[in-house]
Amino acid sequence: MEFLEFFERFAIPHPSPAIYASMVAIALTSIGIVAGLTYFKKWGYLWREWLTTVDHKKIGIMYLVSALLMLFRGGADAIMMRAQLATPDAKLLDAQHYNEIFTTHGVVMIIFMAMPFIFAFMNLIVPLQIGARDVAFPRLNALSFWLFFAGAMLFNISFVVGGSPDAGWTSYFPLAGNDFSESVGTNYYMLAIQISGIGSLMTGINMCTTILKMRAPGMTLMKMPMFTWSAFIANVIIVFAFPVLTVALIMGTTDRLFATNFFTTESGGMDMLWANFFWIWGHPEVYILILPAFGLYSEIISTFSRRNLYGYSSMVWSMILISLLSFLVWTHHFFTMGQGALTNSIFSITTMAIAVPTGVKIFNWLFTMWKGKIRFTVPMLYSIGFIPLFTIGGVTGVMLAMSAADYQYHNTMFLVAHFHNTIIPGVVFAMLAGLTYYWPKFFGFMLNEKIGKVTFWLLTVGFVLAFFPMYLTGLDGQARRMYTYSEATGFGPLNMLSFIGAALMAIGFVTIVYNVYYSFKNSSRDIGSDPWDARSLEWATHTPVPEYNFARTPQISSSETFWDSKKNGHVLFKGEIEEIHMPNNSGVPFIMGIIFFIAGFSFIFALWVPAVIGLIGIFVCMAMRSFEKDHGRHISVKEIKETEEKLGGAK
Amino acid sequence: MKELFPAKQVVGFVASLVLTAVALLVYFTDMTFTVGMTILLATAFIQAFLQIVVFMHAGESKDGKSIYTNILYAVFIALVTVFGTLLILLWDM
Ligand code: HEM
Ligand SMILES: [Cu+2]
Repeated sequence: MEFLEFFERFAIPHPSPAIYASMVAIALTSIGIVAGLTYFKKWGYLWREWLTTVDHKKIGIMYLVSALLMLFRGGADAIMMRAQLATPDAKLLDAQHYNEIFTTHGVVMIIFMAMPFIFAFMNLIVPLQIGARDVAFPRLNALSFWLFFAGAMLFNISFVVGGSPDAGWTSYFPLAGNDFSESVGTNYYMLAIQISGIGSLMTGINMCTTILKMRAPGMTLMKMPMFTWSAFIANVIIVFAFPVLTVALIMGTTDRLFATNFFTTESGGMDMLWANFFWIWGHPEVYILILPAFGLYSEIISTFSRRNLYGYSSMVWSMILISLLSFLVWTHHFFTMGQGALTNSIFSITTMAIAVPTGVKIFNWLFTMWKGKIRFTVPMLYSIGFIPLFTIGGVTGVMLAMSAADYQYHNTMFLVAHFHNTIIPGVVFAMLAGLTYYWPKFFGFMLNEKIGKVTFWLLTVGFVLAFFPMYLTGLDGQARRMYTYSEATGFGPLNMLSFIGAALMAIGFVTIVYNVYYSFKNSSRDIGSDPWDARSLEWATHTPVPEYNFARTPQISSSETFWDSKKNGHVLFKGEIEEIHMPNNSGVPFIMGIIFFIAGFSFIFALWVPAVIGLIGIFVCMAMRSFEKDHGRHISVKEIKETEEKLGGAK
Repeated sequence: MKELFPAKQVVGFVASLVLTAVALLVYFTDMTFTVGMTILLATAFIQAFLQIVVFMHAGESKDGKSIYTNILYAVFIALVTVFGTLLILLWDM
């Protein structure tokens, strides 16, 4: 009996046939994966090549795959919500399920889809763009990934073990406190985000160090390619914003587990402090996502316009300005919380000010295309589609920024339309453009352009149909986070339109998978190392990229060194090949990921013994690392020459 | 002789002792809350600055500029966050 009681805590508080079906599906898939790995004898390969790797390119690929998986998880949530709202008084989901789904949708999309997507590109591109062999701290980099992964898995099992969080991705107190959120759902929220957030913070430190310290000779700060600049600024923001989240999550966790009263409404607690902390991190967070996206657009637009980026230094300075301003606007997320007009006015003005540097960037892209010889490839289509769509998102953002008017817009579908209007054309399109653009560099073949164009149009038309109606219903008063509405409201037809748009987008995402499959089977493998006729350094090495990236350290002439070497006779690689020093692989980051997972899980269910053992395990791993003597390994000149020969001549 | 004597460090050391002593005064003497807090805040910030410059050698390597930029940036964000929060939740609520 006691035995059963122990397991009762893992039951789902609000079950449904769909959740039981997912349990079975998850169990079967897991068994399938284990059986497949065993049958094909791939365990050793998996361990040697992936689980223990410290190579920034492989870590980047793992981030990429995780992000795509999470895109589908979050997408499934989205289509369920749109289906429920498609008609008035629908019964597909009940209120509780709807709450859980919009919560997990938001968290998965921001923390477990968009973040790993930008980390994927930072890992893949930054060391190549600055001519480095890896990031500054390769093993820390692996640990960052495994912490992200542990957090993501922890969050994703919530709906089958113990129940999902249901207090929104903002998880405002007092709703998120024990009184109103009784299940372990919000514990999952606190701990899963905490674990992956620690990983993000470490990546922030790692990337800043890499970019400041490991640039090839001649690459001054103002000669860095634009994506590297954007990654640098984003990581600076990470280093300053994420600690706030870490602390807020710890306070929230102790409120829920140990009855501290930071965010309660009695005993001296202050519930609004949570909202305050959340957005002190939260607004910089949206710029952490959008800046690398801007960086990708900058690379793509200049490559396919065949011109150097217009206004390089104004691009850089506008990003530096954004990095400061992004910390000055957080109150605009809770204009209606009750603070006075003075505060709201201050933050209205700072919010509008941030649109200025953003606008500068838009004009720079337009001027880059102006008189350029534009090639309408798939990455370029995304970039061109991004400009008008994102501008609409920006304009509605400025509308929301007027605090008096925000009393009307706040918490309505209008807001939902706004932030999707910035995130989808801004971040998601950039990621898909980057995916298509960099795919050949890392996988050795191009994605099919025809299918890619179909995807682009499905997503764009789907996006407009799905989200523009929400501006209208929002202005008419349709609230966000409401699981249904009556027929008398008249919201029905526009919501049906939204559903159709969402369905088109879903089809669009499926065509991406099909494109990978199709291109894998049919695309030519003979594409050289520079299939797009690109401009910056990452294209100057072989495809596939050898593990040491560049056999000889490149000499930098400008932010478009590679273009200079193709057109202006700049000599990129000088001197003899020398022995290369590389870091060793290590299984410790993966093991620490597992320990973090177990410790996190135990905290969620207040199982103190394994929780404490897990914490001790983490410190033991860290202590062991301090005493470990690991000087890395050397790749001999002979081996380098052989690799270079195999890849088609020394570079 | 002059080069051998670490004047900067000795002065720094004495200064940090003095700052600590002044901070301790707040506990041992009878003063109003406001005066006490003012003394504590002032001595704490001077102390931190002293440690960073004299004993952690900020500015002595060729990274000096980025170290100071970093500190300035951090101080700015910390001040904005603290005073912004006070404004929102206490002064203008
Ligand atoms: C032109 C620049 C922008 C302006 C002026 C702006 C303004 C705003 C304002 C005022 C709100 C709060 C509205 C309310 O709660 O009633 C908001 C919400 C939001 N914005 Fe933006 N924004 C901008 C760009 C972005 C970007 C680039 C992203 C992400 C990549 C983004 C993501 C979000 C998100 C996720 C929310 C939802 C917050 C919630 O759940 O309450 N915004 N924006
Ligand atoms: Cu914001």
